[in-house]
Amino acid sequence: MKQELSLENLDQFREETRAWLEENCPPSQRQPTTPDQQYWGGRRSSFPSEDAKLWFERMRDHGWVVPEWPRAYGGGGHSDLEGKIIKQEMKRIKARAPILSIGIWMLGPALLEYGTEEQKQQHVRAIVNGDIWWCQGYSEPGSGSDLASVQMKAEDMGDHYLVNGSKIWTTKADKADWIFCLVRTDPSVKKQLGISFLLIDMETPGISVTPISLISGESEFCQTFFDNVKVPKNNLIGKLNTGWSIAKALLVHERKLMAEMGSETPRAAIAPNAAAREYLEFENGQIADPQLRGELVDYDMNMHAIGLTHFRTFEERQEKVHSAAAMVMKYVGTEAEKVKSELLLAIMGSQGLGWEGEGFSEEEIDTLRLWAMSKAMTIAGGTSEIQLNVIAKNVLGLPQS
Amino acid sequence: MALVLNEEQRLLQDTAKDFFTANAPVEALRTLRDKGDATGYSTELWKTMAELGWAGIILPEAYGGLDFGFMGLGLVLEESGRTLTASPMFSSVVVGASTILLGGSSRQKETLLPEITTGQLTLALALEESHHHRPTTIATRATAEGANYIINGRKTFVLDGHSADKLIVVARTSGEQSESEQGLTLFLVDARAPGISCQRTTMADSRNCANISFDNVIVSAEDAIGEIDAAWPVLEAVLDRARIAIAAEMMGCALEAFDRTVGYLKERVQFDVHIGSFQALQHRAAHMQSEIELCRSVILQALSTVDDSPEQLPLIASLAKAKLNELVKLISNEAVQMHGGIGVTDELEIGFFLKRARVTMQIYGDTGFHKNRYARLCGY
Ligand SMILES: Cc1cc2nc3c(=O)[nH]c(=O)nc-3n(C[C@H](O)[C@H](O)[C@H](O)COP(=O)(O)OP(=O)(O)OC[C@H]3O[C@@H](n4cnc5c(N)ncnc54)[C@H](O)[C@@H]3O)c2cc1C
Repeated sequence: MKQELSLENLDQFREETRAWLEENCPPSQRQPTTPDQQYWGGRRSSFPSEDAKLWFERMRDHGWVVPEWPRAYGGGGHSDLEGKIIKQEMKRIKARAPILSIGIWMLGPALLEYGTEEQKQQHVRAIVNGDIWWCQGYSEPGSGSDLASVQMKAEDMGDHYLVNGSKIWTTKADKADWIFCLVRTDPSVKKQLGISFLLIDMETPGISVTPISLISGESEFCQTFFDNVKVPKNNLIGKLNTGWSIAKALLVHERKLMAEMGSETPRAAIAPNAAAREYLEFENGQIADPQLRGELVDYDMNMHAIGLTHFRTFEERQEKVHSAAAMVMKYVGTEAEKVKSELLLAIMGSQGLGWEGEGFSEEEIDTLRLWAMSKAMTIAGGTSEIQLNVIAKNVLGLPQS
Repeated sequence: MALVLNEEQRLLQDTAKDFFTANAPVEALRTLRDKGDATGYSTELWKTMAELGWAGIILPEAYGGLDFGFMGLGLVLEESGRTLTASPMFSSVVVGASTILLGGSSRQKETLLPEITTGQLTLALALEESHHHRPTTIATRATAEGANYIINGRKTFVLDGHSADKLIVVARTSGEQSESEQGLTLFLVDARAPGISCQRTTMADSRNCANISFDNVIVSAEDAIGEIDAAWPVLEAVLDRARIAIAAEMMGCALEAFDRTVGYLKERVQFDVHIGSFQALQHRAAHMQSEIELCRSVILQALSTVDDSPEQLPLIASLAKAKLNELVKLISNEAVQMHGGIGVTDELEIGFFLKRARVTMQIYGDTGFHKNRYARLCGY
């Protein structure tokens, strides 16, 4: 009975959400998009269009930039289920995210869990308002999969930390205002026990950033150098030398996000079965090429199963049921993204190989660029091999070698 | 919450698990096989299962059923898949009773369903005519003669065909072509009727199958199930339910083979370490776990689709059967390989899972059949 009542309320919530979005989401913000047409926030930010600005500000004032975060820090104070409904309804009308933000995806949840009241006041609302663009400083030249081996030093100088070292593969470090870093604060203990979690303003003297070009032609990420950088002591999150557990908690958010990327964000990339209709020959209502038809149906079936599993993990979180499903989604989701990109290329044939310029549609070129980017998805946020290690250890309980 | 079990469902699953582990472990199947049991399953066991209500688990209370829906059925079948329990639950309840329920007259429902519920009556569907599932390629003919029909033809891979009391025969009543959805009719025929000869076939999984031929078998027009010439919609709806149910059983088969294999990885020592510490095996096991998680969601969704939105069945049924075909193939093969030499002995039960997997993969559509169907449903 109780459940029925709340379901009814949710129906009502859905209707209100639908009506509000209908009224407030500008039509131009319901078109597919590429990341560079999107608002990222930050000190040096500008909105890509007047509509994007309007859309962001309306969502912000309504508390829906991050519906699930507490109102005290600019969130909407909604339950997870209500948040899900808002996302579903946005997806239904193909509404863009009002802002793309590493602060929302990764740092915010960690701040809410581990930050002091003062830190939350300082940083969480700034994330929601789009004032600060964050980047993630975990990986180093010598520390990738073996993240706990990070070397970048933060020495206690009494009234500040002195940071020296370098971070690499830092996504959008050249655009970001602040960076959250894993730093070595005790080199004498087991590697996991000597790491701290530190927030650093990128405008601090001693920081320099070099962009790195990718196979996709973008320069999404950078190497960031820290040379005698002075960081205030109240920028430490959690206790000294407990950064590893914060880092791990944050990785869970990152992996969930990456797992959902394919199914959640509206993108310009065409769906493989739509591409098939455009680029392939049909005979008697069927794709004539048996190989491509077979690959397409494999992909569609797999995505169908993945979609259902996302739904299941959500329901399990609601019901507080623990299952292994959430643990496998980064692996299956990003591997499926790669399959999708390969399939699109195969379906488009030589039209899918255009790098730039004449002879190709924007969509075709975008498909190729996304194909190149898809290779990064099974590397970033912990490689597929690392995901399999984690499943073997944490789900199956297999002995470590 | 369609994809998370509720309290009642979890309880049912626990009951089923305890029941099958205690009363019908894999060892029981081995015994049936080794003594060449005439029925191929334990009639005692079936009686007890019926007493628990499982022979009427999907049937309305009006016919003595439990009315637990397919979600309930799926949980019991999954547990019976873990123990490879031989019983007429699938052939008689899922396929047989569903056919009567979806296609039968009220007289047929009132007489037959209560008997199925008590386990007294068992049914089997005589459908296939070739070594691949081709449900619309039917050459068996039923020709009208007065108030009767005369059936001639030959059926193969009839699940529990040699032990069933009555057969549901798919026959062509009109049309010249042997391959068409049109012109098909379902007939309920006594398994011992004159003109029927039944050859029991010994299959890899030690379960029951038969080749059955019909030589001028006379059946009353009143024993047609549903309309003459128009059986296809009922048959397709029954087959989709059957595909989802067998997929649920296959899930149990895969889970048990996988659990036993992971157990072995933690127990077997080579090079002074547990073989489960070798990354080559860890990654394959973790990959299987991922596939299991995807299949789990598909099965739950498929079962609840039968209960809540049967109009959406074809797509999800083909997804479920194709996915589970691939899962049991992957896991049963890896299970044998990861056990090493002992994996290929008859003494170890893993081989029973391998063999059952192969038979279930052919039941009501192999992987190619369902991928093709899924693609067509998607418009390509
Ligand atoms: C697009 C993208 C964005 C990124 N953004 C950021 C960011 O913003 N901030 C940040 O800090 N980092 C970022 N990264 C870095 C990312 O986290 C690392 O690249 C990743 O963790 C792998 O580390 P590595 O590149 O050093 O590879 P390595 O660890 O050197 O791996 C090389 C190969 O060895 C395999 N391998 C390593 N260890 C094992 C093992 N134990 N068992 C089996 N195989 C193993 C790997 O799977 C891989 O195939 C990003 C990466 C990409 C691709």
